[in-house]
Amino acid sequence: MSTSEAVVSARSISKTFGKGGVNALQDIDLEVGQGEFISLIGPSGCGKSTLLRVIGDLVEPSSGEILVNGKSAHRARLDRDYGIVFQAAVLYDWRTVAKNIALPLELMGYDRATRAGRVRELLHLMELDGFEKHYPWQLSGGMQQRVSIARALSFSPALLLMDEPFGALDEMTRERLNVELLRIWAELGSTVIFVTHSISEAVYLSTRVVVMSPRPGRITSVVPIDLPQPRTFETREDPRFFELVTQVREALHAGGAEL
Amino acid sequence: MWDALRVTSRIGSAAARIAVLVLVLLGLWALWEGYRALWEETGWTRPFRVNATTMPHLHDIVGALFDPLREGEPLLARFMLDAALFTAKEAAVGFAIGAAIGFLLGALIARFAVLQRGVMPYIIASQTIPILAIAPIVVVGLGNVSILGWTPKDWMRVAVIAAYLTFFPVTVNTVRGLRSADPAAVELMESYAAGEWAVFWKLRVPASLPYLFSAFKVAATASVVGAVIGELPSSIQSGLGGWIINFNQYYALDPENLWAVNLVAALLGISFFLVVVLVEKLVVHRPPEILV
Amino acid sequence: MNAYAQAAPRAERPWGRRLRGWVPALVVLGLGLAAWEWLLPALGVERYLLPPLSDVLQAFWDDRSELLEAGWITFKEALGGFVLGCSLAFVLALVLARWRPFGNALMPYMIAANAVPIVAFAPITNAWFGTLSPWSKIVIAAVLCFFPVLVNTLRGLTSVRPESIELMRSYAVPQRVVFRRVRIPNSLPFVFSALKIASVLAMIGAVVGDYFGGSTDALGVKVVSAVSVAQYETAWAAILVASMLGIAFYGVVAFAERLALSWHPSTRAGNE
Repeated sequence: MSTSEAVVSARSISKTFGKGGVNALQDIDLEVGQGEFISLIGPSGCGKSTLLRVIGDLVEPSSGEILVNGKSAHRARLDRDYGIVFQAAVLYDWRTVAKNIALPLELMGYDRATRAGRVRELLHLMELDGFEKHYPWQLSGGMQQRVSIARALSFSPALLLMDEPFGALDEMTRERLNVELLRIWAELGSTVIFVTHSISEAVYLSTRVVVMSPRPGRITSVVPIDLPQPRTFETREDPRFFELVTQVREALHAGGAEL
Repeated sequence: MWDALRVTSRIGSAAARIAVLVLVLLGLWALWEGYRALWEETGWTRPFRVNATTMPHLHDIVGALFDPLREGEPLLARFMLDAALFTAKEAAVGFAIGAAIGFLLGALIARFAVLQRGVMPYIIASQTIPILAIAPIVVVGLGNVSILGWTPKDWMRVAVIAAYLTFFPVTVNTVRGLRSADPAAVELMESYAAGEWAVFWKLRVPASLPYLFSAFKVAATASVVGAVIGELPSSIQSGLGGWIINFNQYYALDPENLWAVNLVAALLGISFFLVVVLVEKLVVHRPPEILV
Repeated sequence: MNAYAQAAPRAERPWGRRLRGWVPALVVLGLGLAAWEWLLPALGVERYLLPPLSDVLQAFWDDRSELLEAGWITFKEALGGFVLGCSLAFVLALVLARWRPFGNALMPYMIAANAVPIVAFAPITNAWFGTLSPWSKIVIAAVLCFFPVLVNTLRGLTSVRPESIELMRSYAVPQRVVFRRVRIPNSLPFVFSALKIASVLAMIGAVVGDYFGGSTDALGVKVVSAVSVAQYETAWAAILVASMLGIAFYGVVAFAERLALSWHPSTRAGNE
């Protein structure tokens, strides 16, 4: 894959916080192609969230070069090339569900009619019909996170950055949202970079799993996931699924992670 | 190595804090004198005419503290210290009474829903009564009360005013604090078959401490305000309020004196506040606030 | 079930239940007024401490035009100070939140300034503007309102989830938009609780300002002069007027809070 068609291209990225402080990232090289679903996995402190923020130009790397859609990450942020979802839903309490989803569209100057239409589509896509007038505190954690994903998708960014989006949810909600996320990914043909600490979630969702280790944060191995698409609930029972889970777990151990 | 780093950074931050303190004081001084100079120079009379009477030089105000009031008498600072201690006594006793009543009321309201609806509105309403309006009646009126031949001393009557201002924030925050206990922690206590009294002392009261202390900080200030205000209409000469009345009458002659009393009152208010902050640091251990 | 459970948010109550919620308050009011009228005199509480309610109401009725006039004068001073002090504090809080190192360094001093008994400065503002000028009272009321609003607003503007700010950065919007969309809405619950405090402080400031000499028509002066000539009924009638105005002022701010924060869980929970 050549650099020109890579969505994200990181070259020897390092990040140190504070003077003589922690090496959050060291010598990270990563290429993400169009339409890939990449998971970053590793124990806490391995810098996976920091790497995600470097890609989003929310954290500046200490050294190295980062290109997003063939331009600097900074330029890509100004062009609003990506949508982001955090572990917490980060909805604005003073806005209804519909207005939370429409927020980026408002900021980007879309007119009222476009916003309303787009919000209606997204409510339907995320199965939130009927909740548009609710306030965030009236929703369950899983529903709040769906609103947050709808907000990230609202302006149809080609790249989606997700920082442990389902980390705070219960197992059943998480598995349902995993299926929905894959459906949306297939439907929209977007590229996803997904931070998680769940091995099975990473294997289930991804086309490639990037395994990281801490102190200093670096990439120790990359596991391609060759499970067939589209993935269903049965995928989790596929013997190949277990093999890959084992492979990722061993990669994490080899990287020095205490699991 | 880490400890060494921490120590040096602590020294560094202490130095930085002192530097900021000096800068703030210098900034205030520059603002005051700069404003004064500009208005005097240009002769502006809006919002008020600036001269040595309306805005004495800051060094004159501080200087007034180190001058005797009359030839051969002790320095003003000496009188101010006595007055500040007198007012501090009123405020401290008022604070203690007010905080105790406030906590008791808050605990009852938190426990009995009927009181929340029946009493809370009046507790809020009580604070909308301008305190200075009832101060003369309470201070003068209580002076005529005698319980078995004993009449409350004048400073005790002023302490009642201080208590009146103190109890309110404590009540409100006690209610919020006692209710802030994590429901899961309550269930844990119930799993031990703990009685309500044990749940109250072992769980609800500790959970309420951060709320209580933020109320105490407000209340500490309020008790000083109450003590000063209480002295005003009661012809009590020994406290700061008495000196304020006194110097107010001679303001045209010696404006620095009135400013000096106010400076002392300000320092007293801040010291009360700092004492509460200090006690809080010793008693309450909680994660720092995240401010972005 | 005991009252601790009340903290949980509840659905909006129907009108009938909402009216029933007022019953305890009305019962307490009735009992309180009855005790004031009959119990206190029966216990031998002297007139100069608290005259019976009917005498106070009579005194109010006899002097009603004068008392209401005085109340209006004092209220205007309080309102002027409230508007002036709160708006200056809000603007300064915005500036300090925008230039954080500056704001962080000054924060402890602003909190300390909160601890200064500012009412004691009332005679000085009288010296500045003249005892008869309403401005001496407006300014003291404004200074009283200033610090709580400043500190609370700054706290509200800055206690934002870090991810909220990252989200705004991901949209590449300027600081102005971050303030308008995130920081200011986030600060509103803090601002309103400060405004409620300020409404009470403004009334206190205006009355204290009156005390140090003001136009003899103002409420504070009325109380003091009535007490000095032992007209306790009139003094209490004046206090009653001041309290009613204070409650009304507070009530209007609390009502505005309900309108502005209709999204906030606490306004739906029916507590307080």
